[in-house]
Amino acid sequence: MTGLFAAAPSAVSFDTPANIAFAVIAVVMVIAAVRVVTTRNVVHAALWLMIVLGGNGLLYLLLQAEFVAMTQFLVYLGAIVVLFLFGIMLTRAPLGRSDDLDNDQRWMGVAVSLILLVVIGYSLIKTYSDDKLTFGAVRNAGTNAQTQDLATSIFVDYLVPFEVVSVLLLAALIGAIVLARRD
Amino acid sequence: MLLNQFLLLAAVLFAVGVYGVIVRRNGVLVLMSIELILNAVNINLIAFSTFWGMGGQVFALFVIAVAAAEVGVGLAIVLLIYRNKRSIDIDALDELKG
Repeated sequence: MTGLFAAAPSAVSFDTPANIAFAVIAVVMVIAAVRVVTTRNVVHAALWLMIVLGGNGLLYLLLQAEFVAMTQFLVYLGAIVVLFLFGIMLTRAPLGRSDDLDNDQRWMGVAVSLILLVVIGYSLIKTYSDDKLTFGAVRNAGTNAQTQDLATSIFVDYLVPFEVVSVLLLAALIGAIVLARRD
Repeated sequence: MLLNQFLLLAAVLFAVGVYGVIVRRNGVLVLMSIELILNAVNINLIAFSTFWGMGGQVFALFVIAVAAAEVGVGLAIVLLIYRNKRSIDIDALDELKG
């Protein structure tokens, strides 16, 4: 992990500001994610989750996936967080602090996630230690070729999965109505 | 930028989400932790799509759509649990325990 952010070349390039932006976003996202799983207030957890999801969208912008970033902002920040807040409201969760949100498996949870992190991190560092990112849109700046490529890819190469996802959304809609209906 | 910084950030977020799924008792909070896990996977997909073409971005969009469906059905299930048991404590659902 050391020397990860020191890899920017000394020449003026896209790299240094992007690395600074990445470092700021990453620190904010990790803090917010830890707060989501440790806070004692259910509504605060939803609001911290909003910060993590927004940081995700900013990372997509940094990786030049503009369409996915906009979808992330619209779907996650616009719809899913509101759905969570409605869920909190409908289940009459305690709105203030409450001390019974965690079970007594805390140290087991810490151990499992730390082992997972060490295994994943070790294999990532060993495998991708000096792969640099190459960006498509920088090569032809000023165009939206990246988004055009994405549209072509969805509607030509992945057309059948796209249709299947739309059927899945319809099924989930009907399923949620049937489950939550009071009769 | 290196590929690894995105992948390691995604690994950290994934581990935090797994911790939340294990530790939380409130059903809505468990669903939020699952969202953290799905978003960590999305960072990986987008980061790899700068290497291997558009497939990663397409699948990130699919993951977003499936996550929306999952949250809808999941919250409906949590609502049903609340209606039947007057609480959404996941640990209280142990009828199948021998």
